[in-house]
Amino acid sequence: MSDFYNNAIGHWVVVAIAMTLLLFVVLTATAYTVWFERVALGRIQRRPGPNRVGPFGLLQLAADGVKLAFKESFIPAKTDKVMYVVAPTIAVAAAFLSWAVIPIGIWYNVQYWIADLNIGVLLVFAFSSLNVYAIMLGGYSSNNKYSLLGGLRSAAQLISYEMALGLSLVPTFMIVGSLRLRDIVDYTVHWGPYTGPLPLIILTPIGFVIYLMAAVAETNRAPFDLPEAEQELIGGFLTEYSGLKFVMYYLAEYVNMITVAALATLLFFGGWYLWIVPPVLAFFLKVVFFLFLYIWLRGTLPRLRYDMLMRLGWKVLLPLAIANIIVTGVVLVVVQG
Amino acid sequence: MTDEDENGSGDPTPLRRPGEGVPPKPEGPKTSVAADVAALAGGLKTTLQEFFRPVVTTEYPEEKTPRSERYRGRHYLRRYDNGLERCIGCELCAAACPVGCILVIAAENTEENRVSPGERYAKTYEINMLRCIFCGYCEEACPVQAIVLGPEYELSDTSREKFIYTKEKLLEPLPPDVQARLSQAHAPLPNPPPEGGRAPNR
Repeated sequence: MSDFYNNAIGHWVVVAIAMTLLLFVVLTATAYTVWFERVALGRIQRRPGPNRVGPFGLLQLAADGVKLAFKESFIPAKTDKVMYVVAPTIAVAAAFLSWAVIPIGIWYNVQYWIADLNIGVLLVFAFSSLNVYAIMLGGYSSNNKYSLLGGLRSAAQLISYEMALGLSLVPTFMIVGSLRLRDIVDYTVHWGPYTGPLPLIILTPIGFVIYLMAAVAETNRAPFDLPEAEQELIGGFLTEYSGLKFVMYYLAEYVNMITVAALATLLFFGGWYLWIVPPVLAFFLKVVFFLFLYIWLRGTLPRLRYDMLMRLGWKVLLPLAIANIIVTGVVLVVVQG
Repeated sequence: MTDEDENGSGDPTPLRRPGEGVPPKPEGPKTSVAADVAALAGGLKTTLQEFFRPVVTTEYPEEKTPRSERYRGRHYLRRYDNGLERCIGCELCAAACPVGCILVIAAENTEENRVSPGERYAKTYEINMLRCIFCGYCEEACPVQAIVLGPEYELSDTSREKFIYTKEKLLEPLPPDVQARLSQAHAPLPNPPPEGGRAPNR
């Protein structure tokens, strides 16, 4: 099998198949994440959520997709047309590109997924940072004050939280000694009688908390959904988008949500290792747990005010992340001699 | 930060003169990280509890909420037991209607063509359901209890013309429960309706 991988043609065949599969899997997962969110939010508000299209409303997203696809793709007057059209495609491309390095095909002796980079995490954050371009350009090119405000908020917010997000993971890298996602999941400890994979949340709980908050902000989800802010900005950067272009932003948001959930699983919760549960199921359950956590937060917390958001990012999360790095470094030096 | 920024917690602070030092900020309620996290956890606990409680939605087209007996829905024109129409074409309903949605054109009863027991009958009786506000004044105004508002409220249709309810449509038989209620309430006509709530203020 490994001969086939190492062969140049075989390599590309595997990658092409993996990409096709991935597109299908992630799109389906996105659709059902939206369904899951709507049902879970409904239950939190004691509503049933969508239950009309298909059994348990499972085909709701198909119906919504058809409706949105056949909507008029409207471009308002005096927009920067190129930017206006390109911005949503950046969002969707960046969202999908992150999945190139997320090792979801590692099980059952599949040696790598699309790319097994030794800087995997870095790549994910590079691509998720591209999202700010999509939102900013979309807001800027729409020729609408609400869109522009949404774009500006997004820029400020993403810059503030990207720092904390990146720094929150540094202790993990210091402990594991690698940025490759597979290595981080495979991190093993030999603690007395126990030898085996260890969920890194046990070693870096503070990093996990910072990651959780920063990741919500990074994906523009409630309670950090200031760029959209339906009540104050009538949708922010999304105001002027409709039809398929709106679908792209929407899709990107949910793909990003799954991405950060998958990353949390891989970085802090031991990826596909869960006692005797089969790896695919373990990974799935953990991701679903994180998705539920995001939905739960959305159903619970009101949106932060803008200055509170900035204060939390710069005055709380960032110093905490730096302190976390320093403490972890000192402990590592002491422990490892 | 100046003292204007503090939200008014009680006494208005006197204005400062230039050069005067900034007064110390009034002590607000103590906040701590632990208290904030506890509040956060409390909120999350509440929503999680709601998540596992039963759904309260009424699945509307399948199940309907109960309506009052005296619900004012679509109109019906009633008949006497011998088949004659009650309506005597007096147009009091049209006069009482606040939005003017009732059109009554009366005609004389003759020996050959007796439609109602009175002198006249309604040759045309139309209600524009798009205008009707379902106030029930027509029912109150009617001296012979000819018009009555039934329980149906799902009146949607596909064209404006279909909302002009003609006499034929209005003369459709009443739902049995309304019939029973009315025959109980107005047994000896033309007494004013004795049921409580609706004042006989005509």
